[in-house]
Parts: sequence; structure tokens; C-alpha cells
Amino acid sequence: MSTLAHDHDHAPSGIKRWIFSTNHKDIGTLYLIFALTMFFVGGAMAMIIRAELFQPGLQFVDPQFYNSMVTVHALIMIFGAVMPAGVGLANWMIPLMIGAPDMALPRMNNMSFWILPFGFALLISTLFMEGGGPAGGWTMYPPLVLQTGQAFPFLIFAIHFLGISSIMGAINIIATVFNMRAPGMSLMQMPLFVWTWVITSFLLIASLPVLAGAVTMLLTDKYFGTSFFDAAGGGDPVMFQHIFWFFGHPEVYILALPAFGIISQVIPAFARKPLFGYASMVYATASIAILSFVVWAHHMFTVGMPLKGELFFMYATMLIAVPTGVKVFNWMATMWRGSMTFETPMLFAIAFVILFTIGGFSGLMLGMTPVDFQYHDTYFVVAHFHYVLLTGAIFALMSAAYYWLPKWTGYMYDEKLGKIHFWLSTISANVLFFPQHFLGLAGMPRRIPDYNIQFADFNMVSSIGGFAYGLSQLLFVYIVIKCALGGKKAKDRVWEGAKGLEWYVPSPAPHHTFETPPKLTKEMLEH
Amino acid sequence: MAGKDIYYVPHGSKWPLVGSLALFTTFIGGAMLLNDNPNANYVLLIGAAAVVYMFAGWFAEVIQESIAGKYSKQVDTSFRMGMGWFIFSEVMFFAAFFGALFYARMFSIPWLGGEGHGGHNGTHQFLWESFQASWPMSVMPDPSKFTQYKDVVPAWGVPALNTAILLASGVTVTLAHWALKAANRQKLALWLFLTVALGFIFVYFQVEEYAHAMNDLDLTLNSGIYGSTFYMLTGFHGFHVTMGAVMLLIILLRCLKGHFSKKDHFAFEAVAWYWHFVDVVWLGLFIFVYWV
Repeated sequence: MSTLAHDHDHAPSGIKRWIFSTNHKDIGTLYLIFALTMFFVGGAMAMIIRAELFQPGLQFVDPQFYNSMVTVHALIMIFGAVMPAGVGLANWMIPLMIGAPDMALPRMNNMSFWILPFGFALLISTLFMEGGGPAGGWTMYPPLVLQTGQAFPFLIFAIHFLGISSIMGAINIIATVFNMRAPGMSLMQMPLFVWTWVITSFLLIASLPVLAGAVTMLLTDKYFGTSFFDAAGGGDPVMFQHIFWFFGHPEVYILALPAFGIISQVIPAFARKPLFGYASMVYATASIAILSFVVWAHHMFTVGMPLKGELFFMYATMLIAVPTGVKVFNWMATMWRGSMTFETPMLFAIAFVILFTIGGFSGLMLGMTPVDFQYHDTYFVVAHFHYVLLTGAIFALMSAAYYWLPKWTGYMYDEKLGKIHFWLSTISANVLFFPQHFLGLAGMPRRIPDYNIQFADFNMVSSIGGFAYGLSQLLFVYIVIKCALGGKKAKDRVWEGAKGLEWYVPSPAPHHTFETPPKLTKEMLEH
Repeated sequence: MAGKDIYYVPHGSKWPLVGSLALFTTFIGGAMLLNDNPNANYVLLIGAAAVVYMFAGWFAEVIQESIAGKYSKQVDTSFRMGMGWFIFSEVMFFAAFFGALFYARMFSIPWLGGEGHGGHNGTHQFLWESFQASWPMSVMPDPSKFTQYKDVVPAWGVPALNTAILLASGVTVTLAHWALKAANRQKLALWLFLTVALGFIFVYFQVEEYAHAMNDLDLTLNSGIYGSTFYMLTGFHGFHVTMGAVMLLIILLRCLKGHFSKKDHFAFEAVAWYWHFVDVVWLGLFIFVYWV
């Protein structure tokens, strides 16, 4: 095994190792640490939101600040936590999974990362500016968002900046996967995590420039007198929503597809069975990606579209349930009659399948035009997307972290603490978000710091769940640090049933791996 | 050139960090400028200079490594994929603005004029009942807020000439490429010089046309959705042409220095791809902005 990787070229020492890095593992680590940090920054904002909503009335913050917390929490969690965590995993694992020495364009890779801290410095600095931070929601709908004060151009440029980072990251992943695979690994032999990331990269390259265009139009509308979103000049505020969601819906799958990839790695490993329906998984992922470009207006059913538009976007949305259903059934079929064990990664993966599916079902409800008129802009929507993003995307990222942590650090994490973290997270996340379904169905609107007295009980329950969830994530940090510092030595193949090239390199993975292309055997290509 | 079985991983580099810092400074400068901060120009200038420094330094390093023969066929393929997908992302950026143009022409203007929604069109009925849909939209729904323009730039004047210029430059860059592949350096320099010249002539005519539109026709960014889409689409395109022409100029200088070989000249090809891309975007502009 050690013939596949040797440690003759030691990592450069000191700060230069990190700031000038061209090493996919170091850059991956930077991404993951950054994402975790942002997870807590965005999380702190969520705690402020839940504290304010603990009781009706205005307690802690003024409504303007509350609204900027809602806005910046979303932007940070999407662009700062979930996306960079996914890219960090892609950096670490894709070269190891396809037998490549590094990413295809290592210097650009470093720039993709180093944009992030500066981009978020731009974004977070807006909270301290005259007029406060952006408070019109992360969707930045005009004309409301055009009332933002000094923060406005910083918000727009932060979006441009982060977009540049993501596009470069996506180009890098595509070039890596198509150009750097070990000889003998065909596309249909790649691990599913690699597949989902290639498809995600296509989504990124096709959708982020559109967002850049949309926010550029906002900027010129505010400062240069254009009237893209001003009906008085022949434009239309609704046009922004169309352009935004043309980006926004693929963005949802940018967050979700890597999670699907992770789950498709973890479940076979702990069910000790090959993934059921590999090819159908690939095609389902591609179908979801293609469909994601023709469903955007289901975010705007109540805006006043022509009937034909409403019907088209409703049916197209319903279609996405088919490939998504294929995936869920495949995961269940993989577990069916497997010799399952329930280590922490598997627990998070199973919870993902169940809870993401709940989020998927509430998504189907929202996708039906007539009923969406009741749910639109209520807490039902908030519950829906937190089920798919928190108990969906973030649970998958947690699963991935536990699954590969021993490969990264060389030590086993504390399994008992991991399980405690899992149960605390799962229970508290459901206490946090499940009541929000009922709040929404009863008519509680989103993005308002105060509410009618009838919503008080469920909000208090939800807030308690929120605080519990926030606190239990500190345990995760402790587990990661403890694991990095030492513990039981990890084997090369950390998990008995784990398949894939990454388990043929030592644990911890040395600074350089696969400096020459590995000779692949049949066994190495199983998944 | 190294064989396919030996991977190449470049050594660490300061340029990515310099680039991030440079862009960061530029964005701060730009945002300060929009907030009327008196020091904005200095920050913007420092940022822009740092961006230029980063590009020059980074490319110089890559060119040196390339000439030293460090890059394998595989690295070449990665570069090709990178450039190709970068151009695709640019296509999608322009798609957003074309989308805005089509949306305005197909939906928002007709609706403001009272079409659609089964004749129950509130905006038309209650806000601007006298507004009539047309393209180019000669009178705004609320004329008091906007600069009224006298006329639009006709397609069959300077824009048609510019179309011919840009298409011709697409031909000359291909002739230059053929000359490079035939190792005919004189022809290469001649055709490439012509391409660069045509590129800058295009930009010159575009600037002239802008001056005419602003001064004589009173057409500005503030002229409603027509002025908005006209200037944003042609403006971003003009910016891309300028960048492309500068890139071509650098390639020309490199050719004169004796860089590139018959087989190994990806930088040339990358810039040529980019040039064809701005060409194609222009055709879209000519048809949908100026002509129909």
C-alpha cells in the first residue's frame, strides 16, 4: 500500500505552507476550517434570531438589525459554510478518489480559497456601516434592497467576489476529474461523490455568472440611473426575481448534490454492500441538474405570472421528484439486507435520508401552485429549506467529516462522543424546525421579528431546540480537535466496508499522494 | 516535454494571495467611490495597480515555466479545459443581460402597455394609462423620471461597419494561427498585427458612437429600459473587446520575441478562442440590440 504514496517530499513549514499553498490537502483543510468558522458566525446570528423570537414582542434587537441578521445569516451559511465545506471535501477527496497527484490547477485552487476570507470581510463589514447591513433578505429583491445604505455596494461586490471564487473552484474540479483520473478509471467507475461534484461544478459555472449579472443590474439601477427593475422606465421588479432564481434554484442543488454524493459513499460502506443502482444514481443526478434550470419560477408563484407560466413551473417542479425518488429508493435498497453497523457517519447518513425526504415532501407541497398561495413566505418555507439544508446538506457534511476524519488526521475520533453529538443534533434540529411547519400553516410570516400571541408556544419550543442545536455543535469542535491531537491510530482502510482509492493510501494521508499514476486493480474500482 | 506518466504539481506561489488582496482592495475602492468617499480614488487606483501587477507577475512566471519545458501534455489539457469553461461562464454572464433585454421586449413593455392578464392589467390601468408599448421604447411609462432621447443608433451605420470589422478580425486571427502552424513568423506577425489593429479600431468606433448617442441623441443609461439594455450590453461587450485586444497585443509582442512553436502555442489559441467569443457576442448584439 505504501507504494502508492510516499512522504519523501515534506510539507513546507511555517505560514508559507498555508498562504502560498498548491497542495490540495492543505487547501482542503483551509476550506474546511473556514467553513466551520463561518458555520459558527452564521450560527451566532441564528441564535440572535431565535432569542428574539423566543417570546412575542421586541426583546433584544431592533427590527432593522433583526432583518440584517436574517439576511446575513443566509448569505453566510450558503456561501460561507455549506459551499466551502463541500469544496473543501472535494479538494481533499477527489484527487485521492481518482488517483490524481493534486487538483488540475493548484495555484488557481489556492486563489479560490483565499478570496473567501476577504470576500466575507467585505460582507460582514457591512453590519458596522451607516444605515446598517443589508436587510432585504438574501434574495435581494428590488426595490426593497435598493434602500440599503452604505452597505449596498459592499454587498454587491462581495457577491461578485465570492462568485469568482466559486467559478474558479468549479473549473478546477471539472479539469481535475476529466483530465487527472488514474489511467484505467472510466467515468462510470468514478465514486459517486466525484460524479456529484462534477455535475455541481457545471451548475456553478452556468448559474453564478447569471447572479453576477443580476446584482450588477441592481448596482446600476441604484447608482447609474438604469431601469432594469423599475416599471416607470419600462423594466420590471419581477424581472429581477426571474434572473435571480435562474441562479437560485440551481444553487439549491449546488448545496444538495455534493451531499447526495457523500451519502452514496457512506451508506454502502456501513451496509457492507455495493451501492444499489450506480448508473441510475449518475443519471438521476444529471437529470436533477438539468431540471434545476427550468423550475426557477416556483419560488415566485404568488408574484402574478401568467397562468401558463404557473402551470409549466409546477409540472416541471413535480418532475424533479422522480430522479430524487430514484436516489432515495437506491439508498434504501443499498441498506436492504446489508450487514449494517451504526457508527457516527452512518447515523448521520440515515438521518439524512429520512429528514431530507421530509424536506423533499414539504417541497412538493410548496411546488403545487394553488396551495403555495397559502404557504408562500410563511414559516412553512423556513421549515422546508432548513430540513433540506440543515438536516440535509449539513448532516451529510457531518457524516463526511466523521467518515474521513481518521483519514485526514490518522487518528480515530471518539465514537462515543460522536454518537452523543449525533443524537443531540438530530433531536434538537427536529425540535427546532418541526414546529415551524405548524407555525407556517397557521400563517406566521417569515422575516418579521414580532408575531401574534397565538404563535408563542411553538416559537418558544423552536427556540429551545435552536439553542440546544447551537450548543451541541461545540461538541463537534471538541471532537475534531481531540481527534487531530491524538487517539487510537487509524488503519489505512478505516472502515471495514469502505470502498475506493482513498483507503489505499496511509492514514493520515501523506502530504503528496499518487505522484505517479497508480496501477488500478479491479478491487480498487469497486464502489 | 514530460511524459504523461510523470505528474506536474507547481510549487507554491504568492500570486493567488496577491490576487485576492488586489481584488479586495479594488472592490473596497469601488464601493467607497459609490458611497462618495473622498479617498475612494486612491484605494481604487492602488487596487487596480495591484491587479495589473498580479496578472503581469503571475503570467510572467507561467510563461517562464512554460518556456523551461516544465509543462506536460496533461498540464496543457488542464489549461485548455480551464479556458474553455471560463469562456462558458462569460457566456452565461452575457446571457443574464440578454435575458433582461428579451424579458423587457417580450413581457414587461407589452404588459405595461396593457397587454396580457386577460385585459385586466392594473399597472396600465391605474398608473400609466397613456403608455403605449413600442420598441425601441420612445416614451417611458413615467417620462418625468427619465431622459427622453431623440433617436436610437441605427443598425446600418457604424454598427454594421463594426460587425464587418470584428468578423474580419476573426478571419485575420485564424490566418495568423495558420501562419504560426506553418512556422511562417512574418505572416504571423502581419496577420496578428492586423487583428490587434482591427480590435482597437472597433473600440474607437464604439467610443465615437457612444459620444454621438450621448451628445447628439441624448441617449443615456437613464433613458429607460432601452438605454439601460443598450449601454449595459454594448458596454460590457466593449470592455471585453478592449481586454481581448490587449491580450492579443501581448500575444503579438510575445510572437515578435520569438515565443511559441508550431505545436506548442496554447496562449495564442486561448486568446483566439476568447476573440471568437467576443465576436459571437457581438453578432447577438448586432441582431437583437441594433437590428430587429
